[in-house]
Amino acid sequence: MKILLMGNPNVGKSVVFSRLTGVHVIASNYPGTTVSYSRGSMKLGDKMAEVIDVPGTYTLEPTTKAEEIAAQMLNTGDIVINVIDATKLERNLYLTLQLFERNIPVVVALNIWDDTEHRGIHIDLDKLRGILGVPVIPTVATTGQGIKDLVECIPKATSPDIPPHSRDERWATIGNIIDQVQYITHRHHTWLERTEDASAKPLGGAILAIGVLASSFLAVRFIGEGLIGYVLDPLFNNLWAPVILRLSSLLGGTGFLHDIVIGKIVGGEVNFIESFGLLTTGLYVPFAIVLPYIIPFYLVLGLLEDVGYLPRLAVLMDTIMHRLGLHGYAIIPTLLGLGCNVPAILATRILESKRERFIAATLISIAIPCAALQAMIFGLVGARGWQYVAIVYGTLFVVWFILGIILNHTVKGFSPELLVEIPSYRLPSWRTVLQKLWMRVYGFLRGAVPIILGAVLAISILYVLGIFGAVANFTAPVVTGLLGLPKESVTAIAVGFLRKDVALGMLAPLALSTKQLIVGSVVLAMSFPCIATFVVLLRELGVINMLKSAGIMITAALLVGGILNLAL
Amino acid sequence: MPNGKQITLRQMRAGQSGIVFQIQGGHGLISRLSALGIRPGQRITKVGSTFMRGPVTIRVGNAQVALGFGMANKIIVELV
Repeated sequence: MKILLMGNPNVGKSVVFSRLTGVHVIASNYPGTTVSYSRGSMKLGDKMAEVIDVPGTYTLEPTTKAEEIAAQMLNTGDIVINVIDATKLERNLYLTLQLFERNIPVVVALNIWDDTEHRGIHIDLDKLRGILGVPVIPTVATTGQGIKDLVECIPKATSPDIPPHSRDERWATIGNIIDQVQYITHRHHTWLERTEDASAKPLGGAILAIGVLASSFLAVRFIGEGLIGYVLDPLFNNLWAPVILRLSSLLGGTGFLHDIVIGKIVGGEVNFIESFGLLTTGLYVPFAIVLPYIIPFYLVLGLLEDVGYLPRLAVLMDTIMHRLGLHGYAIIPTLLGLGCNVPAILATRILESKRERFIAATLISIAIPCAALQAMIFGLVGARGWQYVAIVYGTLFVVWFILGIILNHTVKGFSPELLVEIPSYRLPSWRTVLQKLWMRVYGFLRGAVPIILGAVLAISILYVLGIFGAVANFTAPVVTGLLGLPKESVTAIAVGFLRKDVALGMLAPLALSTKQLIVGSVVLAMSFPCIATFVVLLRELGVINMLKSAGIMITAALLVGGILNLAL
Repeated sequence: MPNGKQITLRQMRAGQSGIVFQIQGGHGLISRLSALGIRPGQRITKVGSTFMRGPVTIRVGNAQVALGFGMANKIIVELV
């Protein structure tokens, strides 16, 4: 049996899904968090049932790619759990009526039930059940209240099987239902609601945005540097380095195996960035450089997501984003891209048109460095001075903006206007924030660490075989002539296809000047996305548009690298 | 009760409320707005706007919705 969780965006379907199946999925407080479906299973009586978390949709007449997926999923299910935001009953019932017109059993979960009382909303449950003719269960998915009742009611799901109606007829029916089951009493505004109103004012909103973004950046940097300086560097230098030195002498201090496992040891000291062995650089890069920034980045992002701030930022950024052929909501995939480009490009599905998705995905893969690469930039370029980090970021920002303007004028089609629901501010619980953080950190550890180790291994072997030398000579005119980098750095650019963090690490032993390091960082950030991003680009854009995107990417990377080489 | 004065959503001031009278757009716009609860006969309150012809935020029922400047210009409201 297949159970579909369907409902308007941002009503808590993903939280209900986690409660039912025990499978944890990313849930946030903004419409469009779920852009593809997740599967899980639950026990129903003595049988197992498949549960699917469907992207949110307001109607079964889809307007975005994510809503299209939702409408298609409906044909494959056996039962629908229609999750409704009890504080927005009227609007949510529209989808419910559309579901009733399909021949599929429905059970209604009246979620966010705890919020109705203080908003002065009173709903007569028995009357609502009587009118709808299907089970209606009040739930608070975030605390788990009502979930047990919901599970017990799944077998009682029924299909009212009413004939199709027009839009106006449905709204008339809903008007009738609301008159009978809901009344609203006056109540005072809470401080969260007053903050909501302030965020929608021009000046208050802008000040708040600058404050939020600046403190987010400072928090990430502060926590990241703290973790490196007080925890991970001491751990590696004081505990791990002696072990490595022992192992090195055991392996005889040189030779093929030694070079692969430990790398180059110069002067009896372990240089974790430059030695390029599996147990040295292979562990140091993911755990002591990247992880310390991944943790605070996703902590801050998770808080912003769950509070419900991101759609408000989208509203403020709308005018600027229109210059780039996008609308404000594209800022959400862009911010996700600062963590990892893969979920970011998936998240472009919340945009309405193909043209917007092409522009957004191209801009993200070219000008938005992922957290792993940023951590390396902080580490390597930051060691030369923070003003140089600023040059790298400034360049990428200008590229993002100018390339966006160019794409806006050259890509055919039009970009629709912003139309988005702004969620209520919510105080997230630490439990959910930390759980989401752990999911993302675990995703990094499981997905990235093996690839980093593989990349380091491949590099050591290719060095030993002397293949890099031949390639370096072949590409020297571009790399040295145009970009002003030593010819060996082509190997780093090539490795960038596997992992950007390892690639930037490869520049470390080349004794680059600060200018070369800046050029190298920018070119690495802009040139080919890592293979994981590449696969997602291919899947989301199709072969032809992916090739276009890649062409723009290579041209832009070489052009900007060349300009930087001349200008700095 | 509506006092009969009709203006566009764009012209409304923050804090003003009104009843949606008409949406001067095509089928696509009408159905997208309607899905978000913005349709003739509904009471809406303008919450705020943004600089430089940016989006307008309104409250409809218990929900806040942000919509582009152009759309706000196509929604005719009777002030209450």
